This record gives sequence, structure tokens and C-alpha cells, in this order.
Amino acid sequence: MAKTLVDKIWDAHIVSSKDGFPDTLYIDTHFIHEVTSPQAFDGLRNRGLPVFRPRQTVATADHNVPTLNQHLPIQEELSRKQVEMLVSNCQAFGIELYGLGHPYQGIVHVIGPELGITLPGNTIVCGDSHTSTHGAFGTIAFGIGTSQVEQVMATQCLLLQRPKTMKIEVRGKLKKGVGAKDLILYIIAQISAAGGTGYFIEYAGEAIRNLSMEGRMTVCNMSIEMGARGGLIAPDQTTYNYLKDRQFTPKESDWEKSKRHWKTLFSDLDAEFDKELTFDASKIEPMITYGTNPGMGMGINSEIPLEETVEKSEKASYQKALQYMGLEDGNSLIGKEIDYVFIGSCTNSRIEDLREVAQFVKGKYKAPHVIAWIVPGSKQVQKQAIEEGLDVIFEEAGFQLREPGCSACLGMNEDKIPAGKYCVSTSNRNFEGRQGQNSRTLLASPLTAAAAAVTGKITDVRTMLNLEPAMI
Amino acid sequence: MSKKTINHLISTVVPLPTENVDTDQIIPARFLKATTRLGFGENLFRDWRYDNAGRPKPDFILNNPEFKGSILVAGKNFGCGSSREHAAWALLDFGIEVVVSSFFADIFKGNALNNGLLPIQVSDAFLASIFEECAKDKDIKLEISLEAQTIKISSTGLTETFEINPYKKSCLINGNDDIDYILEQKELIEEFEKSKLY
Repeated sequence: MAKTLVDKIWDAHIVSSKDGFPDTLYIDTHFIHEVTSPQAFDGLRNRGLPVFRPRQTVATADHNVPTLNQHLPIQEELSRKQVEMLVSNCQAFGIELYGLGHPYQGIVHVIGPELGITLPGNTIVCGDSHTSTHGAFGTIAFGIGTSQVEQVMATQCLLLQRPKTMKIEVRGKLKKGVGAKDLILYIIAQISAAGGTGYFIEYAGEAIRNLSMEGRMTVCNMSIEMGARGGLIAPDQTTYNYLKDRQFTPKESDWEKSKRHWKTLFSDLDAEFDKELTFDASKIEPMITYGTNPGMGMGINSEIPLEETVEKSEKASYQKALQYMGLEDGNSLIGKEIDYVFIGSCTNSRIEDLREVAQFVKGKYKAPHVIAWIVPGSKQVQKQAIEEGLDVIFEEAGFQLREPGCSACLGMNEDKIPAGKYCVSTSNRNFEGRQGQNSRTLLASPLTAAAAAVTGKITDVRTMLNLEPAMI
Repeated sequence: MSKKTINHLISTVVPLPTENVDTDQIIPARFLKATTRLGFGENLFRDWRYDNAGRPKPDFILNNPEFKGSILVAGKNFGCGSSREHAAWALLDFGIEVVVSSFFADIFKGNALNNGLLPIQVSDAFLASIFEECAKDKDIKLEISLEAQTIKISSTGLTETFEINPYKKSCLINGNDDIDYILEQKELIEEFEKSKLY
């Protein structure tokens, strides 16, 4: 029978399956971090259980670490305690930890792929909703709660109901100045912040195939922002090229053997999905959000939808969102003054993102009133950026290159956007208070964020790329 | 390990007609630094409940003394966003035992069920009826039977059935959890590991 890629991987991981019960699914790799693991370790202690497969568990500290002076003790007491608890728990349960100071430390969804721990065909979980990022490699990867973190620690399995499958095909080519982030913000704006709930999404089509692995990770990362449990892309030569010779990828004959298996990982031609959607890449503009969920996004030259176009039951929430953002329906955002720019997070903090920003800001300088932070996704990204001289370009442009972590994406550390201030952010969520109490987030691509930093206003980056007017 | 059980409940309700209530609102990230499951109720809906100086905002429903109860009724797509289980812990710690909405985000729903917090998905029309009845009479009650999978508005008698996975239902009624169930399959897991095809 013809199968989707999700079903192929799912079926290969079923330990047991019984009518009326969820499947017991085997988990290949479990990533943990300091925020959602302490209660799970406590649970194990209460039950008197060890971690069942510690070598399939990898830990890092990312959510609440400072992004300045990481060599010094963490000043904020509760964050320090949480990170210290991760260290002691990993020691007690025999788990590899890439903690602060380790050359592999970084955002969990950046380090997994860059170290070659994330491999096609695997099942991968983490107590973090952006685990869907790893789907870019053709994996079933999804976020879980702490009770499930404990389940995986105790059994290397999860009890799960098979998800429905959705195929999203993006045909054609993206226009100049439009990238992976714009593509996914566009899809979310089309189908809403709940449009993918209950589904695993397979992204396909020319525009997806043409993306680099970094771009594919950006797309899969934000699957959760439309409610989907996960998103994935069938592996291809781009995937193999990225993975070859990474720290933990199979080597020599094992590499060839793995590759033979990976080449079977695609949806059969006549496989049936529960839902199929098609989009035209050439219709996508650089995107920006105007509201308080990632579905509230629009092309950068568009106007904020009029309240009268919103369904009656949603009007109150719509008004609340615009009021929070200090914006009015019917207005364009072009020229709107902004205060902060944040380039970072598990969505856009990889070396390719930093290179793109560096290339754009080289020889330019940020607007005087704007504070521009660049937070690399990992120590390795930071090191590479310095080796390539990107740090000098950023410094000369007035951008601050900091140390790796989740940072201002969720403001668990000191990196917060002050109340009422506007931040153009390459992160994934524009929820109320996400980047700090009463902060106002406008989600966008790294290029759009960089353009806003330079002009101090919301800007169509294409007007600064020397493109022919016809191309905009 | 035995968890909180739930089966029948009759309670007044706390109506929150906002849609897309994300887990960052239920419990903001800055309160995720605790290392136990306790005490999160204090900061439930922190930034909707209190201003920056820590004063209660009088227009928020949890600060309205006329609306108390262990059933939260919320607009669609409740619990979207972050996977933080702290959201379920915060609701339970505050005294909420059931959340009713016309649509739940997947991860929140799973987290709730794993902690004995019952998420009940009702139709848009039924949800609208609850909000209308609340607007008329703050003391209306909802009557819930997990056994029969029914939810009833006491004032009108309007009743709807809801769906729940039979395994999860039995876990909630009996207080069992997934780890107990999976641990029984330890031999199967070890066999699976030996015969992995990938």
C-alpha cells in the first residue's frame, strides 16, 4: 500500500499497537534542556527509575542563559539554579551535557542538526514545541510536555495516537529578497494559527526543494505556529551534503548504508494525505506580522486587514490584538518607526542567517535610535561567524553580536524588550509579552529585520537591494 | 504512579471568551524557573491579571469576584504555542479542573490529560450558548460526566456529548498514567531495539 513519509517513519517505530489504545512509539533521540526537565528527573527519582537509554539523550542549556559574559556565573539566581540542576541531573543520570562553556553548547534545535545528531528517518522529541525544526531532515520530530519527557527518560517510548497527515506543496520560485521565513509566515497567514492542528505536515514542491537546509529548518520550525505537531521534508542530496562529515553522522561504510536507507524516505507517488494544500511561491512578498499570533501576518506593503473583514466571533480578539500592538486596521506598516531588532532564535540564528544579514549591512550603519542584537544559535555558529569576519561587519554596522541562547525570543534571561517598544524579530512568536512584559513583536525574516535596523523603520528590503522595480 | 482522578463535576464557570489563548499568557516564560510542579497558580494569567506594578486589573475575569468556579470556558484554539506543561500545572494549582473550548492546541491537550485536567471540546454553538448564559446569569453551572462523556448547562438543560480517547478516559477515572502502561512493555521495547530495521 502506498504510504506517506510520516506513515513510513511511524510504522518503523511502533513497538506495540492495540485497538482502542494509542501506539507505543520508539524514540531514537531525546533532547533536553534546563527548563522542562527538572520535574521529569524528579519524577524518575520518585519512581526509583534510571534513564532507560541515557546515550540516546542529549542535553544543553539554552532557554535562560545570559548572552553576555557566559564565562562568569549566571547572575540571576533562579536561572543559575535551574542550569546547575541540569548539570547535577545529567551527572546523576549519565547524560551527555553540552552546557555553558562547552564548544557544542547552543539552542537545542540548532546544535542537534549541526552536530549530525539529527538524522533522516529518526523519531526525535524534546520538551520544546519547536522540536519540529528537525523535521527538515525527514524526521518525525515534535515537542512534548514534561510528563512525556519523563516517559521518554523512563522507557525511550511515547504513547501516541497516529497523527493525520497534510501535504503543503509550494510551487514555483521565490522572488528576490523573499526567503524561507517569508514563505512560512505566508503559509501561516493563509491557514491561520490553528490551521494545522492535529496534523503532521509534509512540505514539498519546487520552492521547498530549492531551500538550503537552514531554510528548510526555518520552515519546519514554525509548523507549530499553525498548530501542527510537526513538519517534515523528504531528505535529498541537499540533506546528505549538509550531514556528511558532521561530528556524529555515520562514517565510511555506515554512511553509505545509512544513505541507502535515507533514499527510501519519501511519500509514495499515490500516497493519500488527509489534507493537501498548494501555494504559489511567486505570490509571496517579504512578510511582517501586525498582531499577537503568528497567523496575523501580511505582505510588507499590505494594509492591516479591516476589522469588518474579520469573523464576528473573532472581532473581540482582533481588537484586543491591535490595541496591544498600538496599531490600527487599514494602515500600512511601511515607515513605522521601530525600537529594537532581534536576529536570533531557533528559527533564524544559523550561520546562513548571519551571513545574509552581514552581507546586507556591510558598509551600512544602524539607525541611531535602534538597538540591534544578533544572537547566534550556538557556540559553533558564533565561532564560524568570527572566523569569517562577520563580527567585524556587525560591529562596524552598530549591531551587537552576543553569545548563544534563546535570548529575546522569550525573554527568560536579561534580554527583554521594554514595555511598549516595537521589536522586529526573526523569532517565531509575537504573543503578548513574549519578548518582555508589554513588548510589541513584529515577526519578519533576517533581511527585513536588518533593513529595519538600518532605516529605523519598517522597510521593504527589496527597495535597498538594487532590484529592478519590476521585480518588486 | 497514581495521579489526580476526575469523573463527575458540577461547578460554576469562569468565562474567558478570548480566542487563541497561548501558553505564554497562561503562564509567562519568566515564571518557568521553578523546579517543582507546585505554586504556578499564583502567576496564572499573570500579565492579564496584574499590571506591571502588581495591582490586580479589575476588568480581568479572574479578578471579578462574581465569577468563581473550577471550570474555565475559553475561546477557540486554547493553549496554543509553547509546549510548557507549566500551563496545565498553573490551571490545576489555581483550582481549575476542567477547561471547555471549541478547539484545543494538541500539546496543551496532551499535557492536560497527563495531569488530570480535563479538556472538553464542544461545538462552536454550544460554546456560544455557555457564554450567552453566563452573560445572563453569573451563577449558571455546568454539569460534567466523564463516564457518560456529557456536558450540560444547568439553567437550560442543553447537553452535548464530547469525545475522549478511551484509554485516556480510563486513566483519568482510575488515576493511572502512561509510564505504568509503557513499563509493562519493557520486553517488547528491548526486542524492538534488537530488531530495528533502520
